[in-house]
Amino acid sequence: MAGPINWISQIGSITKFGLLSIPQRRGTVAATVFGIAGVVAVLVGVLSIAAGFKQAMTVSGAPDAAVVLRSGADSEMVSGLGRDQTKVIADSPGVAHTSQGPLSSAELFVIINMPKRSTGMDANVPLRGVETSALQVRDKVKLVQGRMFEWGKDEVIVGTGAVHEFSGLEVGSKIKVGRFEWPVVGMFSAGGGVAESEIWTDAKVLQEAYNRGDSFQSVYVKLNSPGAFQEFKDSLTSNPQLSVKVVRQSEYYAEQSETMTRLITTLGVLIAGLMAVGAIFGALNTMYSAVSTRTREIATLRALGFGRGAVIISLMIESLMLALVGGALGGGLAYLAFNNFHTSTMNFQSFSQVTFAFRVTPELLVRGIVWAAFIGLVGGLFPAIRAARLPIASALREL
Amino acid sequence: MKFLHLIWCNLKRKKLRTSLTLLSVVVAFVLFGFLMAIKQALAGGVNMASQDRLVVRHKVSIIQLLPESYKARMDRIPGVDFATHQTWFGGIYQDPKNFFMQNPVVPEEFLAMHPEIILPPDQKKAWLETRTGAIVGRKTAERFHWKIGDQVPIQSSIWSKSDGSRSWEFDIVGIFDGQKKETDTTPLFFRYDYFDEARGGAKGEVGWYTIRVKDPTKAAAVAKLVDQEFENSSAETKTEPEGAFVQAWASQIGNIVLIVAAILSAVFFTILLVTGNTMAQAVRERTGELGVLKAIGFTNAQVMVLVLAESCLLTVLGGTLGLGLAWLVISHGDPTGGLLPLFSFPARDLLAGFGISLVLGLITGIFPALQAMRLRVADALRRM
Repeated sequence: MAGPINWISQIGSITKFGLLSIPQRRGTVAATVFGIAGVVAVLVGVLSIAAGFKQAMTVSGAPDAAVVLRSGADSEMVSGLGRDQTKVIADSPGVAHTSQGPLSSAELFVIINMPKRSTGMDANVPLRGVETSALQVRDKVKLVQGRMFEWGKDEVIVGTGAVHEFSGLEVGSKIKVGRFEWPVVGMFSAGGGVAESEIWTDAKVLQEAYNRGDSFQSVYVKLNSPGAFQEFKDSLTSNPQLSVKVVRQSEYYAEQSETMTRLITTLGVLIAGLMAVGAIFGALNTMYSAVSTRTREIATLRALGFGRGAVIISLMIESLMLALVGGALGGGLAYLAFNNFHTSTMNFQSFSQVTFAFRVTPELLVRGIVWAAFIGLVGGLFPAIRAARLPIASALREL
Repeated sequence: MKFLHLIWCNLKRKKLRTSLTLLSVVVAFVLFGFLMAIKQALAGGVNMASQDRLVVRHKVSIIQLLPESYKARMDRIPGVDFATHQTWFGGIYQDPKNFFMQNPVVPEEFLAMHPEIILPPDQKKAWLETRTGAIVGRKTAERFHWKIGDQVPIQSSIWSKSDGSRSWEFDIVGIFDGQKKETDTTPLFFRYDYFDEARGGAKGEVGWYTIRVKDPTKAAAVAKLVDQEFENSSAETKTEPEGAFVQAWASQIGNIVLIVAAILSAVFFTILLVTGNTMAQAVRERTGELGVLKAIGFTNAQVMVLVLAESCLLTVLGGTLGLGLAWLVISHGDPTGGLLPLFSFPARDLLAGFGISLVLGLITGIFPALQAMRLRVADALRRM
């Protein structure tokens, strides 16, 4: 029995021999590599949609911010709070203050139909009415063009995502809400968060346009610290005047994104899983043909004293390397094609559009490579075992 | 046909290679089936939309309500057969994940408007007699094991009763089926009169209207008349054909057709590589034999057809198996638990799948076949 060094050098030489013969098997090898690249590209591509959507929803939620809704409401859309209630909420313990008062914004949330640029068809764009501290409550919101709307005036500002996805929202244009025409005076970004999909105006203006009296749908507050959440929540839920649901902003958005993320992830894994099965067959085909064209060579090596283990391992390495090349190719392709691809979809919970960008994250790429490696190993294993089991004498007779 | 045996034997020669190729073709067509079902689930409502129905909603957005009094005005507009309304109830049965639609409707008008909803006459009668009665589609009834006579509690996230409670009880008086396989049988419909009396606010307001037009060819003109009727009122309307309404709704989820097409092309490109490669190998190995065939009198065209037939047999066989398998799995229903009520495999796409499998065979076989056809007997025999 040869020593481990010798064994490793055996593996090395068989692997080298296999890799050098690739040009002669261009067709089959290319079929495998591209097949695996296809699987990885689809897997990474589909999951990047879910990752992007989730990112847009979760980046919005700061740990020291909370949302208050009517108890039982799962989104702002179906929530409702009166002025007296929003006042109690703003004055609760735990809410951060500035010289102007508590950092609390009572808001309205409705949808308005605007045509999508990509299809020209109407989509539900969220229209939010906010109070003066809205910008401090969400620290990521920044004006990038134009100016802030004037309080009390029929003016709106729009998120960058909304401007990108829907037509007629550029600064300087006017949006029609019922009998009113509101000029767009500014554009804001929100660090990629969900607010970028929205149109904002003064809550009072929106109340009037929608005959909402003095009612709101949600209250967004900034807390003294992330730890102050419990105190804030307890004071509201124990208040008999109120019947509200208090959630951290981050949890609120995570909950909102759940349906869509679940849908995309289920379908994505299903599709990529099936494709992976197909790619395993392709890889098996390649490696079997690699073995059968090299029957005599392998038999000769075995006759010269190369071990079974070395044959198996080197063939597995060959298959793994092909798979990794395919995986890298597929991941790269997905990155180029999908990363930062802007689109918008429906948020089922709030009935409205969320604009977001696909995100090919490092985790997804790693996941793709792991799948590729798995396909390569399974695809290499059986042909390798077959090669190692070849009866030397009869294989040599084929010479 | 007499060469079928020869083609079959050729395929059997390398059993392992043939079966692996066959399996990858099968997988491709299982995927094809799935993607078509997903597309159907997300966009299929468009095909089910009726040509003679218009949908009228509030011009600003669907969440704004319209007065119930609009019905009488709509019925008087020339070209309108009749109008009826629905309202989004937004109810939850036990768990928010158990999603299905529930809408209050006016039973007689609703059933007349939607002939695709098949309800036995005695159940219809029971519905008209029971104020709290509701009818539910077969799929949802089976999902929650509801029977006629059951009382089901549903929490509405939108509508509270006058006493502030959000829990609504409905008596199941009927279970409806769809006229076609594609008809959505997940919703629950209950009576508007019960709803309007019991709700705490917004009395006399409804979600949207459906209008039946007398002449489908004049639908666009009627839609315009409807919108004109309510122009400059406090609730202006937007009227569009049912198909356009459904399509706009589906396109809000995203550009489904494009995504499906992208995935399918990735899949078929991959399969093309695998199958094409197998055929090329098969022809290469058999150069000598093909030479013999030609030497004993096979024409060039016959040899080409022989090779093409072999690749087509492989892909059509794989395609049939894959489509069959997909059909079996898809008929088990929606894999996401309620999010895709229309998840099914339309016959049209099944046929398209067969067509594609044949084309796939032709494309993958054509180059090896041409190679075989051009083979010169002397050269081929020398390689034996």
